[in-house]
Amino acid sequence: MIPKPHKSLLSGTVMRWSCLILLLLFGLAVSAQTASPQQIADLQKQVTEARSNADNAWMLVSSALVLMMTGPGLALFYGGLVRKKNVLSTMMHSFAMMGVVTVIWGVVGFSLAFGPGNSFIGNFQHLFLHGVGAAPDPGYAGTIPLQTFMVYQLMFAIITPALISGAFAERMKFSGMVVFLSLWSLVVYSPMAHMVWGKGGLLNASLGGRFPCLDFAGGTVVHVTSGVSALMCALYLGKRKGYPKEVTPPHSVVLSLVGACMLWVGWFGFNAGSALSAGSLATSAFVATHFAAAAAALSWMAAEWILLGRPSALGGISGAVAGLVAITPGAGFVGPMSALVIGLIAGAFCYFMVAKVKTWFGYDDSLDAFGVHGAGGTLGAILTGVFASHYVNPMFKDAQGNVRGSGLFDGNAHQLLNQAFGIVIAWVLAAAATLILLKLVDLTIGLRVTPEEEVQGLDFALHGEEGYYLE
Amino acid sequence: MTKLEAVIQPSKLDAVKEALINIGIDGLTVMEVRGHGRQKGHTEFYRGREYSVDLLPKIKLEVVLRDERVDDVVKAILSAAQTGKIGDGKIFLSKIDEAIRIRNEERGIDAL
Repeated sequence: MIPKPHKSLLSGTVMRWSCLILLLLFGLAVSAQTASPQQIADLQKQVTEARSNADNAWMLVSSALVLMMTGPGLALFYGGLVRKKNVLSTMMHSFAMMGVVTVIWGVVGFSLAFGPGNSFIGNFQHLFLHGVGAAPDPGYAGTIPLQTFMVYQLMFAIITPALISGAFAERMKFSGMVVFLSLWSLVVYSPMAHMVWGKGGLLNASLGGRFPCLDFAGGTVVHVTSGVSALMCALYLGKRKGYPKEVTPPHSVVLSLVGACMLWVGWFGFNAGSALSAGSLATSAFVATHFAAAAAALSWMAAEWILLGRPSALGGISGAVAGLVAITPGAGFVGPMSALVIGLIAGAFCYFMVAKVKTWFGYDDSLDAFGVHGAGGTLGAILTGVFASHYVNPMFKDAQGNVRGSGLFDGNAHQLLNQAFGIVIAWVLAAAATLILLKLVDLTIGLRVTPEEEVQGLDFALHGEEGYYLE
Repeated sequence: MTKLEAVIQPSKLDAVKEALINIGIDGLTVMEVRGHGRQKGHTEFYRGREYSVDLLPKIKLEVVLRDERVDDVVKAILSAAQTGKIGDGKIFLSKIDEAIRIRNEERGIDAL
């Protein structure tokens, strides 16, 4: 049988009906795309919300990461470095701050740091977190709730005093420590944070401060202040009994290594989170942070290998921390290769501060809070002025509104003066306030434990516990 | 009855245990101790500072034996634990006044 030929698909009737149907569909499509103003406004709102949610998600994670840096990161890092009989007491220095500073910050610390005020300190507008809710504050971080911003900054306020405890480990009274660091938080941290990051702050580079100091995540606010205060504490309190001859090695470099790695990972929240959004600046800061840590770990180990014959685990992790400290002020202003160089310098420099300078001067900065944070932060703040680049993050404009260079290698040598000014303010505020507060607390509550308690061990003497009962 | 105390290098514990089992000694007490003889210690480095660690980890064994077995046991320990280097350790022998088995209060050589 020969099959009947089909009618061509392009016969007249089919063609006409197809065209009609296509025209109808086209018309529908066109009419659907022509949105009303209301629909456009709705879509814009959704986009803004989506972007806000993305930023908020990252900022909440960053906040958690920074808290983790204190507990257990710093607690482990410092805890491993002391003698077994003092491990809990040392960890309590960090842990106690998680409780104490939270309360202080919520009641008045946040307001003093970030409330509008004058060039040096905020006001009481946000006392008891009044006005700190879901709405963003465009002056600080326009896409996240102010409450997110507040809690993120809280985690910084917690770790900063905890860092100081490295200087007075193994000989500080718990009561004296809590009172001293609480006052320190109000008198040093909040004002310094205000000056660098607060509205109207003298050193605020983002909001038109008179002396704009580039400090992305707290090189001056966190590390220089805590490091210098640590030095003051070490000098005021004096050496541990038997230092340096009779002091024994770290009881667990293992704990310290675990803690240091947590610090490294947590630092992504500390630095990259300081972008206050989840965009490419956060990525840039994240990458710079990591590269500096890696380079500094290598350069500290290289210094040990060359000078002592062997690289040590403690040296590697100390180097990494030094690099992280040094990149903190510049994380969002420098590129990855600059970060590498900053790390290389910081590792070697902090090794020198800790292994040589401390011995020359003979102060007992037990856990090298000054050697790593004070010195590393100062170095990092200066190097930020050297390596900051407008290609990474345009910060300054000239009178015509054109973008200017950010640092020395970017054609802005003057910025080094601003960096130096910020560093000097941090040093002077920290040193003066710390000495006054130490004296005050010493006269009222007392700072140092008795020699008997020091020999017995602070875990039992101050807390009635043993770190490792290990039945 | 003689008490034999031996301070040996920790790395020799397995060899000594095996040597004792092979000659039929089945009661043994082992302690982890720190100490030094003429070996002195060594220096460790933490953040660029030297710490002299002069108490080194050692293992201490205690066995209470019938007097007749003492020579065999000393020979066994010496052959298992000796390396010829400083730090090999020491063996001490002393007299025991009494031994008592806690389970059934047997006394004397029967308690060993």
